[in-house]
Amino acid sequence: MTDALLTLSGLSKAYPGVRANDDISFSVGRGEIHALLGENGAGKSTLVKTIYGLVQPDSGSMVLDGQPYNPAEPREARARGVAMVFQHFSLFDALSVAENVALGMENPPGLRALSDRIAEVSRSYGLPLDPARTVGGLSAGERQRVEILRCLLQEPRLLIMDEPTSVLTPQEVEVLFRTLRQLREEGVSILYISHKLGEIRAFCEAATILRQGRVVGTCDPRETEPRAMAEQMVGASFAAPSGAAREPGAPVLALRGLSAPAPQAFGTPLREIEVTVHAGEILGIGGVAGNGQDELTAALSGEMTVAPDMVSLKGTEIGRMGPNARRALGLCAAPEERMGHAAAPDMSLTENAMLTGAQRRGLVHRGFLRWGAARDFASAVIDRFDVRTPGPGTAARALSGGNLQKFVIGREILQAPECLVVNQPTWGVDAAAAAVIRQALIDLAQEGAAVVVISQDLDELMEIADRFCALNEGRLSAPRPMRGLTLEEIGLMLGGAHDLKEAG
Amino acid sequence: MSGIDPVILLAQLMVVATPILLAAIGELVVERAGVLNLGVEGMMITGAVCGFAVGVATGSPLLGFAGAALGGALVSMIFGLLTQVLLSNQVATGLALTLFGLGLSALIGQGYVGLRGPVVPDLYLPLLRDIPVLGPMLFRHDAVVYLGLGLVVAVWWLLTRTRAGLILRAVGENHDAAHALGYHVVRVRLMAIAFGGACAGLGGAYLSLARVPQWTEGMTAGAGWIALAIVVFASWRPGRLVIGAYLFGGITVLQLNLQAAGVRVPVEYLQMSPYLATILVLVLLRAGRAPGSLGKTFHAAQ
Repeated sequence: MTDALLTLSGLSKAYPGVRANDDISFSVGRGEIHALLGENGAGKSTLVKTIYGLVQPDSGSMVLDGQPYNPAEPREARARGVAMVFQHFSLFDALSVAENVALGMENPPGLRALSDRIAEVSRSYGLPLDPARTVGGLSAGERQRVEILRCLLQEPRLLIMDEPTSVLTPQEVEVLFRTLRQLREEGVSILYISHKLGEIRAFCEAATILRQGRVVGTCDPRETEPRAMAEQMVGASFAAPSGAAREPGAPVLALRGLSAPAPQAFGTPLREIEVTVHAGEILGIGGVAGNGQDELTAALSGEMTVAPDMVSLKGTEIGRMGPNARRALGLCAAPEERMGHAAAPDMSLTENAMLTGAQRRGLVHRGFLRWGAARDFASAVIDRFDVRTPGPGTAARALSGGNLQKFVIGREILQAPECLVVNQPTWGVDAAAAAVIRQALIDLAQEGAAVVVISQDLDELMEIADRFCALNEGRLSAPRPMRGLTLEEIGLMLGGAHDLKEAG
Repeated sequence: MSGIDPVILLAQLMVVATPILLAAIGELVVERAGVLNLGVEGMMITGAVCGFAVGVATGSPLLGFAGAALGGALVSMIFGLLTQVLLSNQVATGLALTLFGLGLSALIGQGYVGLRGPVVPDLYLPLLRDIPVLGPMLFRHDAVVYLGLGLVVAVWWLLTRTRAGLILRAVGENHDAAHALGYHVVRVRLMAIAFGGACAGLGGAYLSLARVPQWTEGMTAGAGWIALAIVVFASWRPGRLVIGAYLFGGITVLQLNLQAAGVRVPVEYLQMSPYLATILVLVLLRAGRAPGSLGKTFHAAQ
């Protein structure tokens, strides 16, 4: 490592009940791409917010470029040459690209001059963008370009990127990496946060691994086994999901010309979706966020009704039916957002179990709720899926993301559905919990259910899906067998291609 | 019908629309900052009584309006403290503010019922006032009528042309993102709320000092609610706000004239017509969407 640009020593930050950062020390070299690895809740976000001046540490110090560095607010961090691209984009949908960029700068020039600068910088880094467009209508990849450009216009010395690739197609990831490498050539240091080990191995020169707020290891990711890094992150070893090869059985779920207008502003309409899912099969639906995943989930679960013949379950036309009627026939679903959509945050796990399990588990008797049976059902889910919680009386809000996700998926699986639809089943879930959930989906298919997994995590789909199709601007590509499909072919299916031509 | 003079009608329209326009432009700024303050009625009536009391005490309408703006802003800061610092629910707090304002104004106003306030003089605009037809219609009003229009232009300019306006819109659009970029969400919102309160206060004082001009309990009679509705139906745009306020004012004046002229339509229908027409027209014009963070409680997460 050459001399350090940023050195952290002994940084600690405690919140009531949790030590988010505990005595963290490491340094980032000049022109180095440094990875910060860790599970959700390991303290990565708190740490980078400290560096960006959004969080004040309780103790410890930082040195930037040989000078003490203790930013009281992001303004100060930006002035010292630290820029950050956020995980959940810090963009404003109703404002234009240029206005969004202006908001992230200290002393932006006038809008017209700024637009020229944006055009110029975006050309030189191969990130095409129209400054006048409204951000609400941009794709995820384009939105990230806005964030990156906002940073580049300030000529940063340290660029912090918080899970930048989680919403990008493989091709967009390539474009991003090319840009970041170009920046490194120019001497910019990059602090790169991710839990995708593959890209870190390909791309980073040093890595610091966090677990429960502490530094548990440093390594050179180019020379370390991904499995070893993963186990350091989790602090335990875990089994990868496995399952015997399955023979697809009779058709269960059939979509015929499924079309629907976007239910919300900035939503995506569904266009002529045709696919059949068979018993014992896992159909993986990939795609970049905002290409109709939520709308497709809603159309399948019954939250959004369509023409009767567009969706059929074992020959019964169910397009007009609501979620309860579909559940009664054997189609269960778990939406993406677990807090507030799949589960009611302020209700107990028993109550949440009652909400979807009432029909298929017989939790209602002559219009009266059978709380005892609901509690038993919730307990069964907790036991079977290893949900870490004091008991079924706990409010859903109190569970960590991974545990709540295990609960909401388990709740549907234990209803023995003939067809299960899940959207982003392991989003923001730690690796161990993700493995449990994936195994449960495979087991369900093995028992003869048809499973539809909508996910933006391609590794996940490659691991569990039998067939793969891509969702792009509300259109579904023809399914192809997952086995033998290369990452490049998948990328082309995801339809990042039109985006890429401009960029190339 | 022949008794209705269009020139006088239009001149009255500007006067009738002014209190609503003032309150609405303030609320527009508040809502663009992402705060839903349903207490406009309460702030207006507080402004009405404060303005009248100061006006009577000092004999100066100028000081009266200043007192009204101050009173409205102070009352709005109760709302600001509760919703922005103590994170209370904006809808409930706004409704409470309305009830509080109505009660408080009745208390303050007890000694002022039946008194006469200072006269608000018309602004003397030489030459302009002598233009035939247009002169009496547009250029023989008091200064507050023009202040209202000026404020609308100023707010439009601020929101679309300045960095401060961009930050205000950003805070209203996505407060988490604005916070992540280092903007002071609560500070921006408190300033917007104070501005909204001052504007509502001015609107109230225009009723008690210029239009009526007297103090009576509950004299705003729902004008604050109309201002709120106009902001929403104007899609949070200053230009449409003027259309809405003037349309409402115009039909109010027209129906009063029709009543006076003895048109054979039940009075109740005439009285409801301004509300119906305003809502109808603004719904037809409706475009655009609410600020993304409107009405949501902001808490700086760790």
